[in-house]
Amino acid sequence: MSLLEIKNLHVEVEDKKILNGLTLTIEKGQVAAIMGPNGSGKSTLSYVLAGKDAYNITEGDILLDGESILELAPDERAAKGIFLAFQYPVEVPGVATMTFLRTALNAQRKLRGEPEFSTPDFIKMVRETSAKLGVSQEHLRRAVNVGFSGGEKKRNEILQMAILQPRLAILDETDSGLDIDALKTVSEGVNRLRSPERSMIVITHYQRLLNYIVPDVVHVMSKGRVVKSGGKELALELEAKGYAQYADEAA
Amino acid sequence: MNAEVRAIKTPAEQALTSAYQDARAALPGKGNVAVLRDEAFNRFEATGLPHRRVEEWKYTDLRALMRDALPLAAPADAAAKVKAKDAGKVFASVDCRRLVFVDGGFMPELSDLSAEPGLTIGSMAAALGKGDPLVAAHVGKVFETDDAAVALNTALMGDGAVIHIAAGTVLARTIHLVFASGETPSSSFIRSLIVVEKGAQAVIAESHESNASQVNCALELVIGDGAQVDYFKATQTRGLHVASLLLTVGAKAAFNTFALSSDASLVRNQSFVRFAGEGSTGALRGVNLLRGKDHVDTTMLIEHAAGHCASREQFKSVLDDQGHNVFQGKIVVKPHAQKTDTKMMTRALLLSDEAEADNKPELEIFADDVVCGHGATAGALDPGLKFYLMSRGIDDKQAEALLIQAFIGETIEEVAHEGFRDALMTAALSWLESRA
Repeated sequence: MSLLEIKNLHVEVEDKKILNGLTLTIEKGQVAAIMGPNGSGKSTLSYVLAGKDAYNITEGDILLDGESILELAPDERAAKGIFLAFQYPVEVPGVATMTFLRTALNAQRKLRGEPEFSTPDFIKMVRETSAKLGVSQEHLRRAVNVGFSGGEKKRNEILQMAILQPRLAILDETDSGLDIDALKTVSEGVNRLRSPERSMIVITHYQRLLNYIVPDVVHVMSKGRVVKSGGKELALELEAKGYAQYADEAA
Repeated sequence: MNAEVRAIKTPAEQALTSAYQDARAALPGKGNVAVLRDEAFNRFEATGLPHRRVEEWKYTDLRALMRDALPLAAPADAAAKVKAKDAGKVFASVDCRRLVFVDGGFMPELSDLSAEPGLTIGSMAAALGKGDPLVAAHVGKVFETDDAAVALNTALMGDGAVIHIAAGTVLARTIHLVFASGETPSSSFIRSLIVVEKGAQAVIAESHESNASQVNCALELVIGDGAQVDYFKATQTRGLHVASLLLTVGAKAAFNTFALSSDASLVRNQSFVRFAGEGSTGALRGVNLLRGKDHVDTTMLIEHAAGHCASREQFKSVLDDQGHNVFQGKIVVKPHAQKTDTKMMTRALLLSDEAEADNKPELEIFADDVVCGHGATAGALDPGLKFYLMSRGIDDKQAEALLIQAFIGETIEEVAHEGFRDALMTAALSWLESRA
């Protein structure tokens, strides 16, 4: 069974149609890149998968392990293994990163009926994971993302992903706002998490990121649907020819 | 000549008038004190209870809210004294010298009156009765105001604490004034005086817990040159609680106040603060947690009468159900108070569509070389923040609780005293946890 099946998904925001019959399948352990011009609905897809409200699903379904997740709240989806690395991670003043990580992990484990992490085990695990990503202890003590640079925020997203160990990670424009060094660090962090048990959807506008996170498949989105799918070479073709050729196909 | 136009007296006003007339002869203090009472009572009589057309009371119409005035409290009975032993739990985690009051009356047998060098403790009723010179020098004089609630307090003041901290004394133990109430709802008029002399240092806390009683309390606090005072107040009531802080601070002194009101049906915390000497700093902070039909009003008049002083005012409120929070902060900078530096911020977090927050910051600046700022916000929890937390597996209620905790934590974290910081946070968290 495929991990994720999106079937003929139609989504509106404030009466504006954003997704227009999107169909997409993600296999277990697969890294799928989703590329497309601005406004093609890539970010909307990521939010709809994570369960953000304000999106009106008028038709279609999203199946995880063959079961619909449309009725599940964001926290329930997280417990089932869906993780969204935000394009613009939000600042949460007053909540220390460490507290946030522990609350999130234990909340997920509780929902899954697993025992909570003990504090020493948890601290050890976070220290090891954050060291690999170059996230300092000082950052862990600070409020979530408050006063972090763009690169630090993105690294914090990958740190959360590494700690929460999702089965389906959605990386929404993780490369935006990163310089080349930060891009490498973040990509290495993502690559370390690649596993036969973990699928990833890598949403990006540019091919650059895919030099570092090499996808198994590439899907091209335009006007709210997938208009072409292919191997990793498709990304290079897009880089050379641009998105213009797909504008008409979706119309 | 203008004729005084007064509406017909409400039942509460009539009851207050007869309470004063009946009690007048038996109230503590003769001579000048009796004159002070009569003058204050006449001021109250002229205006009656404050109402919505009195600007300072616009959002807390006491005339409408106070249907009746309860009879003056009788001396505490044995049951009330037993109950009072458990009062003041909010600050129980801090090692304090407890001074206990039941329905405003001082309970020496429940209080810790052990000696400490430089510290003098007494009861206001006793001090008024014997014409204590400290009381004669300060009561009614620390910050003169026409406010009707203060006038009523002065007219009917019964008991309270009188504390003197001698010059240069660094108080070893925190003083906790524990105000408890008996079973029978009553009204009490509590008046306290705390004088912290030059260079002295003290930490003073006050906790109020009451049932359906009506409490009018006033604290006159004199902070001498170079003195340092931390003052904390926690209020819980199912009745009416009107508190007035009348504060004068000398030169090169520092003070911090923090007020927490939670499960408070009807509370008015009003502060009248005067910076009378140069080079002092003062911070007034507070957190109000409201639900049901709770109404909490924080009103302050901060007068910078001397230059080179800095004041900070930071207040946060969390409102659920039909809670109504009022913040009115007025900062006055007098003509010669140059180099005054003030910053006032008030923020309300609305958890329900029916909650109401009124924020009114005001600046009156008569000096030209000052830095004064104020800000006010009122809004719901940020849905973007909540989604972020939920997308990590944190459920709806916990995400809200974490964000509310962060909202009030920002202000509580400013409290430098570790023991009180923890006690205040614990109290706030237990309110959050009890949200259904």
